[in-house]
Amino acid sequence: MKAIAARRHHKLAPVVLLALALLVTGVLYAAFTPSTAQAASAPTENDLTAGSNLFRANCSTCHGVNAEGRAGAGPSLIGVGAAAVDFQVSTGRMPLMNQGAQAPAKPPIFTEEQIRQMAAWVASLGPGPAIPAPEAVDPSKGDAASGMELFRTNCAMCHGAVGQGGALTEGKFAPNLSTASPTTIYEAMVTGPQSMPVFNDGTVTPQEKRDIIAYLDAQKQGSPGGATLGSIGPVAEGMWAWIAGLGLLIGAAVWIGAKSS
Amino acid sequence: MSDESTEVGLPAEQHDLPHRFENPGLPPHHERLTDTDPRAAKRAERLIAALFGLSALGTIGAVAAFFVVPPEQTVASIRLSTLLLGLGLAVAFGAAGIAAIHWSKTLMNDREMVEERHPQASSAAAREQAAQVIADGVSDSGLSRRGALKGAMVTALALAPLGFAVPLIGGVGGDWNISKFRHTMWKKGTKLAHDPSGRTIKAADLTIGSAVHVIPDGLNDVPDMLEEKAKAMVLLIRLDPRTLKEAPDRKDWSYEGIVAYSKVCTHVGCPVALYEQRTHHLLCPCHQSTFDIADGAKVVFGPAKRPLPQLPITVDAEGYLVAQSDFHEPVGPSFWERLK
Repeated sequence: MKAIAARRHHKLAPVVLLALALLVTGVLYAAFTPSTAQAASAPTENDLTAGSNLFRANCSTCHGVNAEGRAGAGPSLIGVGAAAVDFQVSTGRMPLMNQGAQAPAKPPIFTEEQIRQMAAWVASLGPGPAIPAPEAVDPSKGDAASGMELFRTNCAMCHGAVGQGGALTEGKFAPNLSTASPTTIYEAMVTGPQSMPVFNDGTVTPQEKRDIIAYLDAQKQGSPGGATLGSIGPVAEGMWAWIAGLGLLIGAAVWIGAKSS
Repeated sequence: MSDESTEVGLPAEQHDLPHRFENPGLPPHHERLTDTDPRAAKRAERLIAALFGLSALGTIGAVAAFFVVPPEQTVASIRLSTLLLGLGLAVAFGAAGIAAIHWSKTLMNDREMVEERHPQASSAAAREQAAQVIADGVSDSGLSRRGALKGAMVTALALAPLGFAVPLIGGVGGDWNISKFRHTMWKKGTKLAHDPSGRTIKAADLTIGSAVHVIPDGLNDVPDMLEEKAKAMVLLIRLDPRTLKEAPDRKDWSYEGIVAYSKVCTHVGCPVALYEQRTHHLLCPCHQSTFDIADGAKVVFGPAKRPLPQLPITVDAEGYLVAQSDFHEPVGPSFWERLK
């Protein structure tokens, strides 16, 4: 230490210090930057075999042994892409328990590894949308204000102004998005599951998708106005005003008018 | 009828009815607990004082919350600040109100009282005096003698209200030009653009099952943008061409299964936008009118009477989707002058 202290007035000291500072900055930067998204590492031969076996054991009853689909049971999955498989299976919508108006979300029965293998096998059957890279669905990279405008135009009519979901026809419904993960939201947009239209990258650009995800993420902070009553609009608010609010007023009027004992 | 009237007209004594109902008077006065028991009165007084005290505490709490918990940038802090202010105000006003009512109900005089209404008519002398003042004024002005003056005054007074009545009535409804309902911004060659960005759309951008909310290219630059958008907004949908049923005269209105329909409901004009991709049904959120997009947007359910107007589209040399013309019928709900 003494040796270093003695040389601190050396004319090269600033240069050495600057070099050291740059080195430290570089090392810290490398250490703290999140590793760039690796778009789902290429599937191995083993993954495809495992995926094919899982598919035959669990999905082929309805979708056919080679995912060609079976009339009246399930659609062909050739060309739906890995994103569709990941969306349907990781949200528990598939495998379907029983035929109904709409496949409901439920706890998934496969592990992430199994879902990845099945998705890889289905993706190998024909070109389709891939599972998005983490940075494609990163809410912090989107603009929530632009996302609100897009959501209002494209999504709010079914999913509600803040994504709380809503009813469609004949028992179908648009699900609540407050618990959907960014990846799920992205996959739903590119694949158009069930009643939902498709929003591919031509109609809603990848940046716009990230904006929509950012808007939905911003809704997780809750409403600044207090109780949202489900954010489903004037019906819930009217019920509350008429039953609770008017009830309170009538109660007050009765009390004011009653004679004191 | 005649029987009834004779019945009513019969002398009252034949029906054993009194000639006039007796005024039953007030029910006997009922003493309250606080009137008879001084301890109860003292209790009520203490309760009222406590309620006013609670009200004061609520006010202090609201003021304290304003300074101690100001709304910050986060939603949670805005919510907390609003909640504390609201609770403080509710306690301040609610407790004071309850205290005032309780005071009047338990401690103030509750003897029943009758307050006779004074006669509404003025005294005969006052009425005569007023009539005399008017008669004097009329004779002094000489209205009956000076005919020209009377005519001039009546004319001036009759015309005076027009000064504000004409602008008021003229402003009702704004614009009476009905032909504006028949036309939208769409014309031959107008490009279809994304709502709200205004990005133009290529046919290749759409996959089967896509639904795009569309405005005419250049809409964002016109001065009355919202009025034009309300008429010209369109929903663009790509279907599997095999599922599309088209009327013979509309065969060339679509392009490769891409169809464009007005987004304004033909019932009362809500934006029809809930598109169910698998059934090709388009649902209106207001009254559940349902249109089948694969079959000329015909009404399959609900109160709408007419199918949604279709916008004829095609592609230009660069592959952009363009309109072939305006809608062939007025968009939106029916109006009197609409012929079909």
